[in-house]
Amino acid sequence: MSISVAMTVNGKAVSGKVEARTLLVQFLREHLGMTGTHVGCDTSQCGACVVDVDGKSVKSCTILAVQAEGSKVITIEGLAESPDKLHPMQEAFRENHALQCGFCTPGMVMSAIDMVKRHNYQLDEATVRRELEGNLCRCTGYHNIVKAILAAAPAMKSAGV
Amino acid sequence: MTAATGIGARVLRTEDKRFLTGTGRYVDDLPLARATYAYFLRSPHAHAKIKNLDISAAAKMSGVVNIFTGKDLVDAKVGGLICGWVVKDKHGEPHKAPPHPVMAVDTVRYVGDTVAMVVANSYDDAKDAAEAIKVDYDVQPANIDLAKSFDKGSPQVHPEAPGNLIYDWEIGVKADVEAAFAKAAHVTKLDLINNRLIPNAMEPRAAAAEYDKGTGNYTLWSTSQNPHVLRLILSAFVLGIPEHKLRVVAPDVGGGFGSKIFCYADETMVCWAASRVGRPIKWTAERSESFQTDCHGRDHVTHAELALDKDGKFLALKVETIANMGAYLSTFATAVPTYLYATLLAGQYTTPLIYANVKAALTHTAPVDAYRGAGRPEATFVVESIVSKAAAEMKIDPAELRRKNFIPSTAFPYQTPVALQYDSGNYPPIIDEAMKMADYKGFEARRTEAKSRGKLRGIGFSSYIEACGLAPSQVVGSLGAGVGQWESAQIKFNPTGNVQVMTGAHSHGQSHETTFAQIIHDKLGVPMDQIEIVHGDTATTPFGMGSYGSRSLAVGGSAIVKATEKIIAKGKKVAAHLMEASVADVEFENGVFKVTGTDKNVPLAQVVFAAYVPHNYPLAEVEPGMDENAFYDPANFVYPAGTQICELEIDPDTGTTEIVNFTAIDDFGNIINPMIVEGQVHGGIVQGVGQALLEGAVYDKSTGQLISGSFMDYTMPRADNFPSFKLGYKVTPCPHNPLGVKGCGEAGAIASPAAVMNAIHNALAPVGVKHVEMPATPLNVWQSIKGAQRQAAE
Repeated sequence: MSISVAMTVNGKAVSGKVEARTLLVQFLREHLGMTGTHVGCDTSQCGACVVDVDGKSVKSCTILAVQAEGSKVITIEGLAESPDKLHPMQEAFRENHALQCGFCTPGMVMSAIDMVKRHNYQLDEATVRRELEGNLCRCTGYHNIVKAILAAAPAMKSAGV
Repeated sequence: MTAATGIGARVLRTEDKRFLTGTGRYVDDLPLARATYAYFLRSPHAHAKIKNLDISAAAKMSGVVNIFTGKDLVDAKVGGLICGWVVKDKHGEPHKAPPHPVMAVDTVRYVGDTVAMVVANSYDDAKDAAEAIKVDYDVQPANIDLAKSFDKGSPQVHPEAPGNLIYDWEIGVKADVEAAFAKAAHVTKLDLINNRLIPNAMEPRAAAAEYDKGTGNYTLWSTSQNPHVLRLILSAFVLGIPEHKLRVVAPDVGGGFGSKIFCYADETMVCWAASRVGRPIKWTAERSESFQTDCHGRDHVTHAELALDKDGKFLALKVETIANMGAYLSTFATAVPTYLYATLLAGQYTTPLIYANVKAALTHTAPVDAYRGAGRPEATFVVESIVSKAAAEMKIDPAELRRKNFIPSTAFPYQTPVALQYDSGNYPPIIDEAMKMADYKGFEARRTEAKSRGKLRGIGFSSYIEACGLAPSQVVGSLGAGVGQWESAQIKFNPTGNVQVMTGAHSHGQSHETTFAQIIHDKLGVPMDQIEIVHGDTATTPFGMGSYGSRSLAVGGSAIVKATEKIIAKGKKVAAHLMEASVADVEFENGVFKVTGTDKNVPLAQVVFAAYVPHNYPLAEVEPGMDENAFYDPANFVYPAGTQICELEIDPDTGTTEIVNFTAIDDFGNIINPMIVEGQVHGGIVQGVGQALLEGAVYDKSTGQLISGSFMDYTMPRADNFPSFKLGYKVTPCPHNPLGVKGCGEAGAIASPAAVMNAIHNALAPVGVKHVEMPATPLNVWQSIKGAQRQAAE
């Protein structure tokens, strides 16, 4: 049985018909073709699917599409102001070589932005490492991800994002 | 070339933008019109006979397009999966090669063995239907305990390999080693387990396939590290689709670490079924499926003995290892615990005599094959563990004992007693630098301070060597490899002056799009934004061997350099014509051809244009176009080496270990992009530390169920398990490749388990703990401490 669902994704109104069991991440990837959000596990551990739902950082494999009815969702595709102007967190990841294969990157970047905001743009290394508990990366050893987030915090503050 | 972007420069990555904006294109992201979706029914038993397999109810379910079983493959005469490396045992006999059906026919041999493939209109439909397949299993006893695999009465995995023995292999002369042991002043003995690991690249394996009825061509998209090799195996051995009718594409791939080298059942099925279904098929592993069916790594049981003279000079080493192959032989499984393992047992040392015996065992577990480092981490763990243990027993400083036995820098090329000839190296300055950076001198004071806080502090060394840059084809051929291991490159200029560089190597995180472009920029002077590196598609790239064994730069980069030389040679002829000069007088520098000693010059872009619009062109002597191919077969392996020092603190009340300092000094030869190399080292260290402290694949010894089958049960390294790392480099260029480079992709993972475990043993020695196995989890460490306390009390 299909259910209608409507929400705003990256500022654009979208809608579709889903099954009750359809996850938000499936809706994004399979219905909307927005494949930037990734699925790396089936137990909500890896964090590759993190998106922002109404200002909250959410693992999109952990909620149903219908639970996001009427919500404002932001995904990795919605961060950069333009193709040439990346979000300060994206820019910090690039400058600090905080990604290799790129698969965990969308979730990492989304979680990192949320982390910086929740800590009011003030982070230290231990906090960043602790806060990354819900995001797995197999390539970078986290070293440069931590560096990137620490560099992005003041950059986000001065950019007002 | 310009310091900013040429060889040696810290250039930001070209590939980052698409990954950072969610516009990368991984296999599961492919939009395929009219696609169907596959789900594989996997065996829930480690060992069982299939008495009956009934798909009738499932076939009637909503959305189901087709269901295939092992019997369909038998009927279609599909071949089995292959092992591509023939290892000869100590009697010269080839290893036992039991059949490896793509899907089980009458027997399942591990939890996760493939039983049926359901193809449906949606993934959920396929999964629902798979649940309705009725399989009547007759469950059999399973052989799970590696150490007992050869015991009489252990359940047999394949009748073709009696006693579960795949081979009994050796290297070195046992009698000579025994004679040296008889004269030793000291013998250190060590029993250890190299724990089984599950690779867990963050992108699960995936495949998609499409069949074009008009041309009869198949396209298979796969998360492969080596698409040409996958095509070769599928064509020549498994499916019989001619190579020129099968295109294999490995687009963006989310990490591999070895696990995506091999030819797997599921991608084979997706390809085979595409023509039968008549619509594209997509399949992506769920993570639990990855845990069960990706080839696992390591899994050795080893006994080693080191003979020393009274001053601590190594006289001889002997090693006995049982290596787990799992239930079937995967693509390169046989080579990993032999030629990639025992040949590294000399380490950085002059040990004159080495004997190793390796017995490969079948068990009712997932196949085991190459995983980051493949054999070399296992060798390094044996050597560096026993050296540190010997140092502790003989009360010699562990750095001093290492230094006493290092191969001197004057001895290169150095022939080891285990086949390899090390081409270059200089080990003492590496350990000196590591000790300085780690403040080794200050360690005892830090240990005392930690003790005042109730913590046990330890420090551990690991001085590794590895052989990578796989590989000189004739050498590996003589050892049983079924393929050559050269690499290819094509440099294709377009008339407007920009350039596409096709490589047979494959990047799944290694940053080739940047590193290789730096080489082109450096050698040909083409601006970085005018260079496109193309990889991963058999239709557009020359046949190549892919990426594994830290080979992409040393072998693939060398092929690119060879191709640049051809471009320059041809360009000189064209430029000579354009400048009305003799070819011998033309030189090439910074992208410009010049007539020596004059101010006459013509830029490469103009030469390229002339080559495509040859109106004023030496057509009688030179072909038009600017498009050159090169193949490079290395003269030897490359030999990166280094020293890591790990310093950690253990809380004896909880058994928790905290790494407080980690230093790595490496010799990777010349470095193209230090930023990228550092990233590779960071990731490698973390994977190795993961093995030492956190990770371990656990099968239930009676049922063969994979207990560590999800991220909730298998501990992946997380950011808060580590401090920031301290890295440094010493450079001895590789003498036999044109870039002077060695490999950096595996080094971190090769060295770090021993560094961590030596530090753990160093920390726990004062409380009487003799040996801790990996992973040194809090429970494991706590039990070791309690065990030692109990023993002391008795």
